[in-house]
Amino acid sequence: MKLWPPIAATVFALCVWQAVVTLTGVQKFILPSPTLVAETWWLNRWLIAEHTLITLNEILIGLVIGISLGVVTALTLASSKTARTLLAPMLVFTQALPVFALAPILTLWLGYGIWSKAAMAVLITYFPVTSAFFDGLMRTPSGYLDLAKTMQASPRRVLWYIRVPAALPNLGAGVRLAAVYAPIGAVIGEWVGSSKGLGYLMLLANGRAKTDLMFAAMLTLGVLSVLLYVLMAKLTRRLGDRET
Amino acid sequence: MTQAPGITLKGQASIEGRQLFAPLTLSLDAGRWTCLLGGSGVGKTTVLRLMADLPTGADFDGEILATDKTPVAERIAYMAQDDLLLPWATVEKNIALGARLRGQKMDAVRVERLLDRCGLHAHRGKKPSELSGGQRQRVALARTLMEDKPIILLDEPFSALDEKTRAAMQDLAADLLTNRTVLVVTHDPGEAARLGHAIYVMTAAGLTSVAPPASSVPRPVDAPDTITCRSDLLRLLMETTT
Ligand SMILES: Nc1ncnc2c1ncn2[C@@H]1O[C@H](COP(=O)(O)OP(=O)(O)OP(=O)(O)O)[C@@H](O)[C@H]1O
Ligand SMILES: [Mg+2]
Repeated sequence: MKLWPPIAATVFALCVWQAVVTLTGVQKFILPSPTLVAETWWLNRWLIAEHTLITLNEILIGLVIGISLGVVTALTLASSKTARTLLAPMLVFTQALPVFALAPILTLWLGYGIWSKAAMAVLITYFPVTSAFFDGLMRTPSGYLDLAKTMQASPRRVLWYIRVPAALPNLGAGVRLAAVYAPIGAVIGEWVGSSKGLGYLMLLANGRAKTDLMFAAMLTLGVLSVLLYVLMAKLTRRLGDRET
Repeated sequence: MTQAPGITLKGQASIEGRQLFAPLTLSLDAGRWTCLLGGSGVGKTTVLRLMADLPTGADFDGEILATDKTPVAERIAYMAQDDLLLPWATVEKNIALGARLRGQKMDAVRVERLLDRCGLHAHRGKKPSELSGGQRQRVALARTLMEDKPIILLDEPFSALDEKTRAAMQDLAADLLTNRTVLVVTHDPGEAARLGHAIYVMTAAGLTSVAPPASSVPRPVDAPDTITCRSDLLRLLMETTT
């Protein structure tokens, strides 16, 4: 991918933003200019860095646990019909519940620390990973399965040597989605109750009409999410042509 | 490999109550090539899949018996029309897939020999996407042979190839599959004329046997009796499918 088009687009968007602020003379606690946000970001860089680390930590814990649980669930569902009939409806039902509504309960159960936020990230990443990977596992091209049958393969080996590798691109897609959702989960967790993290910082800044700091924290979160996505995309691109 | 048995499929098949093929008897002679021709949709693939005990859309009413009275399905190697190479595995691993799926140790010597015979030595470490159509077919053939089964079912195995490569693949297969009971489904009368010890044309009404040339298999593409047989088959196919 060429780098300059997105950079050019970003620069253009920043220019429009700056122009709007300058031309309309809107108050800075309503909409701060990008230059002011940049300045605030620089002045508060250590503060922001400290909160970013906390949030990043929550996100990574959430991702690791969420992806692992998702992979295990998908494998279980794919290899057992009983598990499918018992668990699949429940899984879909839990997805119909708004995850956000669970945030206060998680805080109640797991406390104000990073665990309630990591748990939010787990909840929000678990389903996309499970569903993408499971889908891939159930859509193995039937020709491969026929071939395996004529070779007297055991179901376990078919799963490991054919269905899993054939589903890895789907798992990759699920993991990339998870990378986008996890930061949202962590920040929701922080909004409900915390004393640290980018979500906390955003609420704090907002409450004191420090809109420039709010924007600085929000943009940091955005950049963090994009970096995480790019990293996951890089890691999962290999999944497609993995050797077994 | 154990001694190749003869096989007889006897019965009829229907799909959702509609008859697919009338009662027929298809006998494969032990250690010989049988070629099955027929119009699209008459049920040739269905016959193959029934023999391999794979799911088909049809209800089969009948039986499939081997001359030695032992079960057929586990002694079959099946090569579908699609080469079904695993895109993530190398040529070598694709060829040795069967052993891996059964948790057996792969027979390295045999792999070497097949790589040699199929002219795949230079490509052993490549992924299927790096191969030409003919090379992919050779890998699929090598994988089928690696199974070392006495009964081989080939569903339009060489249909995706150009004439020259196809002829070369037919020679190779005929050579490597000597003494096995082989059933080849094909759309190509020329292929049947070259390879068949027995040739059948399938229609909804049943099977028509066509006498193959007397010469030994694989017959030269340009031998007069091969050409005559090819034209006879072609005429029969045109009559039956219109
Ligand atoms: N899974 C299935 N469910 C329902 N009908 C099927 C299924 N598979 C095949 N059929 C039908 O059975 C008939 C025979 O199919 P089959 O694949 O055996 O034909 P074929 O002789 O191999 O044709 P071709 O030469 O085109 O490969 C076709 O009419 C097809 O529509
Ligand atoms: Mg067919």
